[in-house]
Amino acid sequence: MGNYIFNGVIYLIAIIFLIISLVKSRAKTKQALLKAWNSFKYILPMLLGVILLVGLILSMLDTNIISRIIGEQSGISGVLLASVIGSVTLIPGFIAFPTAALLLQGGAGYTQIAAFVQTLMMVGIVTLPLEIKYFNTKVAITRNVLSFVFSIGVAYFIGFILGIW
Amino acid sequence: MFLKQYLFFIITLILLGILFIFNFDAGLKATDVVIYSFKEMLLVLPPIFILIGLLDVWIPKETMIRLMGEGSGIKGILLAFLFGTVAAGPLYAAFPVAIVFMKKRVKFSNIIILLCAWGATKIPMLLFEMTALGFKFALLRLAINIPVIILIAYLMGILIKKDEIAAIYEKANDL
Repeated sequence: MGNYIFNGVIYLIAIIFLIISLVKSRAKTKQALLKAWNSFKYILPMLLGVILLVGLILSMLDTNIISRIIGEQSGISGVLLASVIGSVTLIPGFIAFPTAALLLQGGAGYTQIAAFVQTLMMVGIVTLPLEIKYFNTKVAITRNVLSFVFSIGVAYFIGFILGIW
Repeated sequence: MFLKQYLFFIITLILLGILFIFNFDAGLKATDVVIYSFKEMLLVLPPIFILIGLLDVWIPKETMIRLMGEGSGIKGILLAFLFGTVAAGPLYAAFPVAIVFMKKRVKFSNIIILLCAWGATKIPMLLFEMTALGFKFALLRLAINIPVIILIAYLMGILIKKDEIAAIYEKANDL
């Protein structure tokens, strides 16, 4: 729900600035809206593909299966597995976090969960084509690889600290 | 031209059709997710696009360079984190923002910070995380993410050559 509050605030800010812009210069506002529309046209084709890909993946890798896979494995393989699953998916927050919470209750370690959450947020295999389009292949892959590696570090850090805090 | 753009989409549509044939229920589930994501996209992208359109038209390059470009130092880093943190929407919504920032010559490392922060430290997600996984967990993850993101941005600056970065910025200019 908090997500939608933020979204609402951003809508409000956008409308306010749009009105200010309209008052200051109609021509520039029209230009701005045209650019906005072009941005949308640029992202749409590939984004539709990404959205469908996400749907396909999530139909086979739903929260139950994820819970089972991550929950069962402990140790390094669990962390790696959690990282890989997090990297591949683009689960909306309101599904991902309750899933993670369930995992926690089920006994999964903080390290695995942190790995899952961290890679979920920072690594995007599914959005890779889009990222490549906006930047280039090397940048997209490098960012994702670095994020993946550091996510594992973050996971172990969190697991370690929460073990003693 | 039209077909080429939508090729990826068409292929995934076909895959969805195939899924329906082999496992109708999975097909339905996939469609549910697709509809949800599509609605989210329509909900989240318009205000962001309007804002970056306005930024593109109203904020001069010089201002953006001063704030977040080469030599902006800590200011640029903080602003990059700020934009990423108060954002709404999935990671892909950050990409168009990055384009406009590149047009305005925002420093490359700051753009990486924006992307990573948008993904990992968005406030709406933080709030959710606190309720689902606990205040300690969320706080800890946030705390460690900040230096990690800065480190990743710094490493990217080293790993990606200057002329590659220049080429990416040139491409952004044409959009």
